[in-house]
Amino acid sequence: MATFHAYVHVPFCRVRCGYCDFNTYTATELNGYPQTAFLSHLRTEIALSLEQVGRRELKTVFFGGGTPTLLPASELVEALSVLVDSFGLAAGAEITTEANPDTVDEKYLRELRQGGFNRISFGMQSAVPEVLATLERTHDPDSVARNVFLAKNQGFKTSVDLIYGAPGETMDQWKLSVEVALAMEPDHISAYALIVEPGTKLARQISAGEKPLPDEDLQADKYEWLESRLEREGFHWYELSNWSKIAEGNSGHNMAYWRGQDWWGFGPGANSHVAGRRWSNVKHPSNYAQLLVDGSIPSVDIELLTETQQLEERAMLGLRLREGLDLDVVKKLNPQCARPVSEMVAEQLIDGRAALQGRVVLTLRGRLLADLVLRKILGL
Amino acid sequence: MSPRAKNRLEPAKTNPEFIRNFCIIAHIDHGKSTLADRMLQLTGIVDDRSMRAQYLDRMDIERERGITIKSQAVRMPWELEGQTYALNMIDTPGHVDFTYEVSRSLAACEGAVLLVDAAQGIEAQTLANLYLAMENDLEIIPVLNKIDLPAAQPEKYAEELANLIGGDPEDCLRVSGKTGIGVDALLDKIIRTVPNPIGDPNAPARAMIFDSVYDSYRGVVTYVRMIDGHLAPRERIQMMSTRAVHEALEIGVSSPEPEVTKGLGVGEVGYLITGVKDVRQSKVGDTVTTVANPAKEALKGYSEPLPMVFSGIYPIDGSDYPNLRDALDKLKLSDAALVYEPETSVALGFGFRCGFLGLLHLEIVTERLEREFGLDLIATAPSVVYEVTMDDGREITVTNPSEFPTGKVKKVLEPMVRATILAPKDYVGVIMELCQGRRGTMIDMQYLGEDRVQLRYTLPLAEIVFDFFDHLKSKTQGYGSLDYEEVGLAEGDLVKVDILLQGDQVDAFSAIVHRDKAYAYGVLMTGKLRELIPRQQFEVPIQAAVGARIIARESIRAMRKDVLAKCYGGDISRKRKLLEKQKEGKKRMKMVGRVEVPQEAFIAALSNGDEKKADKKIR
Repeated sequence: MATFHAYVHVPFCRVRCGYCDFNTYTATELNGYPQTAFLSHLRTEIALSLEQVGRRELKTVFFGGGTPTLLPASELVEALSVLVDSFGLAAGAEITTEANPDTVDEKYLRELRQGGFNRISFGMQSAVPEVLATLERTHDPDSVARNVFLAKNQGFKTSVDLIYGAPGETMDQWKLSVEVALAMEPDHISAYALIVEPGTKLARQISAGEKPLPDEDLQADKYEWLESRLEREGFHWYELSNWSKIAEGNSGHNMAYWRGQDWWGFGPGANSHVAGRRWSNVKHPSNYAQLLVDGSIPSVDIELLTETQQLEERAMLGLRLREGLDLDVVKKLNPQCARPVSEMVAEQLIDGRAALQGRVVLTLRGRLLADLVLRKILGL
Repeated sequence: MSPRAKNRLEPAKTNPEFIRNFCIIAHIDHGKSTLADRMLQLTGIVDDRSMRAQYLDRMDIERERGITIKSQAVRMPWELEGQTYALNMIDTPGHVDFTYEVSRSLAACEGAVLLVDAAQGIEAQTLANLYLAMENDLEIIPVLNKIDLPAAQPEKYAEELANLIGGDPEDCLRVSGKTGIGVDALLDKIIRTVPNPIGDPNAPARAMIFDSVYDSYRGVVTYVRMIDGHLAPRERIQMMSTRAVHEALEIGVSSPEPEVTKGLGVGEVGYLITGVKDVRQSKVGDTVTTVANPAKEALKGYSEPLPMVFSGIYPIDGSDYPNLRDALDKLKLSDAALVYEPETSVALGFGFRCGFLGLLHLEIVTERLEREFGLDLIATAPSVVYEVTMDDGREITVTNPSEFPTGKVKKVLEPMVRATILAPKDYVGVIMELCQGRRGTMIDMQYLGEDRVQLRYTLPLAEIVFDFFDHLKSKTQGYGSLDYEEVGLAEGDLVKVDILLQGDQVDAFSAIVHRDKAYAYGVLMTGKLRELIPRQQFEVPIQAAVGARIIARESIRAMRKDVLAKCYGGDISRKRKLLEKQKEGKKRMKMVGRVEVPQEAFIAALSNGDEKKADKKIR
């Protein structure tokens, strides 16, 4: 039986960053939707979801965004307690919120900790002012270290998010960001290659020639350097873009996504996966609120996954993990996988010993070519 | 104005004295089809209600492109000074690829209307057809069309026409096919000046085939002009070149819808239906006679159409190969000039090497295959026929560059053309530059009027089949026009350039080029492919080679990163859908050795010239 998890999407931001295509809204984009009403709408959706799935203990809860910390700490705590009262909480459950370094202080953190939160993921992105400017991040780089320090003192597990490969970012700038992040001694680091998403301001700037396209080879160099640097510091990868010092430091919530567990995503535009179905909520908070007021589930794009689709998802998610992918899943999708698997062992894209034990585990080179490996083993 | 004829003359019994057979010679876009439309309306054989634009152009492609591919004949009644006449208008294809068909259409007439756009003047193709008409001793009626246009300069171009064909500029009629002005006067003039046909009604039947078209309901419809004697339905008829015998199931005239008649007499123009299904049974230029009373001598001028340009045509989806074969078999029924044979390409799989009369013919055939048969195709770069003699005396005919022999080549002969280019005098410099860059030799240069010049060049056909016309058009801002005729073979210093991907030859990109241009071709193609082929997990060298000698080299660096950085909640569905799409994309990948090449890269690399456009297609 799958475990159950909750994600809460807080779709508010003070400003929109140029690279971001997430479902989030600045005050002017809300078309009159009052941010203060959000909690009551969440309550309604939680009540509806309880009718649908029944009481299932929550293994993890994750508040993401947008900027969850734009809400008062008391509202985040209140939302968490509604969830916990409705579904119950497993022992040792991981309760995370993302935090914009500029929106929290000692008092805010204490309130969260007392309200049950035990993990914070800071959106650091870079330590270099020029890179932050390119990304249009507005936070003060120094506030990250201060907040990580405060959070650790209060007993939070901490993570910092980094982005590499922003237009114009040099190798040295990247190294500096990583060193700054390591100096904070977080429990966990996520590092994402910048993706230029269509429709973003950054994509327009690049197509207009105002900013250079991220160089994929340089991104690969940065990834390889990062891997060796983190390894030296005692961090181990457990997913392509995620590292932690100990297994308990892994993001239990994200592992639930990658292992195909059940979760309900609350809030506008949030995605859910429960009992072989995937769906997402309507995107704009006003529409989301309207549907809830009408007593409907605010979802669109409901997909019932076929057996093949479920296997495909297991393959594409499992391949990204350090624990790897069970070869039996691959065989069901592509009975002729023996040849590509052996070829990729020879090409050092996947680990040979793991393959002998029935698992597909990516090598460092393979991690950078994970999508290619997936296509090859599936015979595409 | 002449009144519409009250009584039509009955076909099969018409006195040749009252028949006029004429054609219209015009450049594309100079308004031939529109003028024909007005004639159909004015003579009353198409009523205003059923009229539609370009009535006689039957194929979608003809109507959309505004050009005539297949000719037709229409019989129209017209009355002059109390006498009713039968006018047969024979429509001629307007394009250089179809010169042979034009010459047969002209041979069926006694007169030609030389139709020229009053805003543009005469063009090279018109000149070529005018030349053919004068060679056939046709009475030429010069006519300026589109006089309703604000930009029309009838005085200037009447002068130009008078200079060309002699006579007084005032004799040049002025009409507007669009509004109908002057069309009645033109019909009168045709009757007055075009000689009536002359033939021996008692001699054995001789009819010249000037067109044959395939109709999916009725089989082949053969259009003929009676020279001598008489043909009647149910008669057994014979094609004099093939000796094939058929029964004339139906004889009629087009007016413009088919009208069954009791036969055809001297000077008349009409159609025959014999029930055959393949246009090759009714070859344009052949003579039809009867089995009962056969003619001894065939009419002159018949020749087999010779393909000039070859191209490999391949289905994008390999499983469409049988459909492509069926489609070509069907198309052949209506296109006697199309030839093809199966061919295999390492890069493109199974396809056909097809021969065409020229570039437009190639374009029309591929477009019909795609449109009428729903096929997605790739065509390799067009090439011509080379005659290669080896040191050991062996002679090899090469229609596909990849067949070019590798041993000691003694000499290579390539087809040459005489090209006629017309343009305003300001463009003489750029045209000369273009022709010299294409290994052209100037024959002469002549002023046609104050500011228009005719240049004649001898050029290798290979140099113009590719993109010559596009360059001519762009360098002359659309004013330049081109016509060419073949003038035999000439020796050329030619070599084959091969393109290799990771050491494997990509046959579709092999080209036969002049030795001086081999390097440029090699650099162009390797550069293009470097842009078009996506990075692979290993480095891919791209080389151009003449024989064993590498003349250009590029390489595609190994791909180092192919991974989505983030895969959370909503990304999962997105990524799965992408994966599902990649399953579809798979069949559009071709393997050259270990290198995966997307179909689009082949198409873009083969679609010569405009690299920017090709790039866009890929990205």
